[in-house]
Amino acid sequence: MNSLWRTVRLGVSSLLLHKLRSFLTTLGVLFGVASVVAMLAVGEGASEKAQDQIRQLGSRNVILHSIKPQQEAVSDEQTRILSYGLTRADFERISTTFPGILRTVPVLAAAQEVRVGAKSCRPKVLCTTPSYQDVVGRLLSAGRFILPQDEAALSLVCVLGYDVARYLFPFENALGQRVRIGAHYFDVVGVLIPRGPLGASLANPSSEAGGEIFVPLETGRSYFGERQTTIRSGSRDIQEVQLHEIIAEVGTDEDVPFVAAACRAMLVREHEDKDYEVMVPLELLMRAKETQRIFSIVLASIAGISLLVGGIGIMNVMLATVTERTREIGIRRALGARRHHIVVQFLVETTVLSGCGGLAGVGIGLLIPMIIERFADMETKVSPISAVLAFGISMAIGVVFGLYPAWRAANMDPVEALRHE
Amino acid sequence: MTESDQQIVARLRNVSRRYEMGGETVYALRDFTFDFKQGEYWAIMGPSGSGKSTLLNLLSCIDRPSTGSYEIRGREVSDLTDNDISALRGQELGFIFQSYNLIPQLDVIDNILVPVIYQDDPIPNARERAIELAERVGLAGRLHHRPNQLSGGQQQRVAIARSLINDPAMILADEATGNLDSQTAKEILDLFDELHASGKTILLVTHEQEVGNRAEHILRLKDGYILSVNDVPHAQTSGADPR
Repeated sequence: MNSLWRTVRLGVSSLLLHKLRSFLTTLGVLFGVASVVAMLAVGEGASEKAQDQIRQLGSRNVILHSIKPQQEAVSDEQTRILSYGLTRADFERISTTFPGILRTVPVLAAAQEVRVGAKSCRPKVLCTTPSYQDVVGRLLSAGRFILPQDEAALSLVCVLGYDVARYLFPFENALGQRVRIGAHYFDVVGVLIPRGPLGASLANPSSEAGGEIFVPLETGRSYFGERQTTIRSGSRDIQEVQLHEIIAEVGTDEDVPFVAAACRAMLVREHEDKDYEVMVPLELLMRAKETQRIFSIVLASIAGISLLVGGIGIMNVMLATVTERTREIGIRRALGARRHHIVVQFLVETTVLSGCGGLAGVGIGLLIPMIIERFADMETKVSPISAVLAFGISMAIGVVFGLYPAWRAANMDPVEALRHE
Repeated sequence: MTESDQQIVARLRNVSRRYEMGGETVYALRDFTFDFKQGEYWAIMGPSGSGKSTLLNLLSCIDRPSTGSYEIRGREVSDLTDNDISALRGQELGFIFQSYNLIPQLDVIDNILVPVIYQDDPIPNARERAIELAERVGLAGRLHHRPNQLSGGQQQRVAIARSLINDPAMILADEATGNLDSQTAKEILDLFDELHASGKTILLVTHEQEVGNRAEHILRLKDGYILSVNDVPHAQTSGADPR
């Protein structure tokens, strides 16, 4: 132990004799390790976010969407009607005949303007049933969600998404307020918490993409109908959709692929056009994980190349050092050093070089994600394993790329080495 | 002590060292047979190319004979592995080089300790012994100086202290005063006299007659052969015929 410590001390003091050279040598490893740690943190953060979003859709859910088909609308001279998408019959079939499904939730989206005083926005107005909250896993920050009696009584009540509530009622409690949706006034009975961390949502409630308002399905159907009309100069475009979304909650993960396949088969049979889409969050999750795996392999390859370059740099410098210190090697051999002493001495130097580079690289690699989070508003996730692994690899690089120079040093003929000027 | 009682430190029998140079065989040392005994002080002299350095390299086991047998304290060197020879060098031999050959990044004490760190069984209290040796060779105030902070004479004193750290059987000095001015050279030779007086075996390679005359015996070489073996008349010899 004592002799190893002495060898390490000697290695460090040898390296300090050429500070600039040693520093430049470590840069290769430093950048390699820093890029590994930082890239993995960014990749992991992005993947985690994507996987979270998918999980929020419900990993045991199968989601059916209506999509506008690529076909001409049925038209007369003034009015064009396009009828497409999921139907109430589809919903009934899925709800009643498919085994393995626990619950189904229908969703009808209404394109309505939402207004409170002078403030207006166009969030998604989703007409749905009470079970939506449980199936999709939405949590309330205040009030309640839609109740069965709201459905039965066609109550004019609504539940605001976090963004919409914050936008429409920035300084007051939204609960108990009234909002105008289209031409009708609705009482706010609940406010949801955002899907992301509180306050982190950047969705724009004035666009259709950002913000949600939930109303009872039957209320929505009665007051807004299933038709959406766009008036253009001299004509009217009408889109008729019975249901925009059907969410089926499956009992077990194993049944999810079978239910998805059954839904697809049923929709193919019942729909002439491809006016639907079947989304399986579990499949997306698997795909996201696979993408993450591929991404990790690509990152590892890039990192491997940069570390290889760093390692070659170390080897190059160590070969030059061995030549420069030929006489010293000769002296040490003459004074009793065995071959393995010389090997260890040079290996310690390369390992110290790569270890210092690795340590500094880990430090910088941990700093980069913080800077990215601060200035680029991206989520990153530093995994301790990646830092440990990157540092371990840097040490291994020192050993692997130090072996040849060390071997060359150890196999020098002492007579020749002592003659070296 | 009689001659027969004297212990043989290095025994060479019919040792030759040849090199292949451009398809030709060149002999640096031929059929060399000699014994170096405990406590002797030898000067090995001869002109350039006479085989002095080759003999020293063979004696110090950093080179191996092409033919013949070489024993150090009864151990046949050709039977030893590379590791054994390294260990033997560290334990039994002390080296003093013309150009001092200190390690530039180490201070005086650490340079003196270099032969110790490679020993399987290092001497106890090595650091204290290194300090004691440094003081003995006159470097008491310079223990933590690096070689580039020392004069040539001081560096050679460090080399002498280093050669003594493992209490070797034989000290091999190669032109130890070659790079020194006459006053410093005299001081170094005085140190050798002290070492000899304390019972050390010293083999000093030199081409300077004055330096050779400080030894007990002179072995002259020419073209790889022994030319002559003489006792130095004014020296205090510890035995009669060394062989």
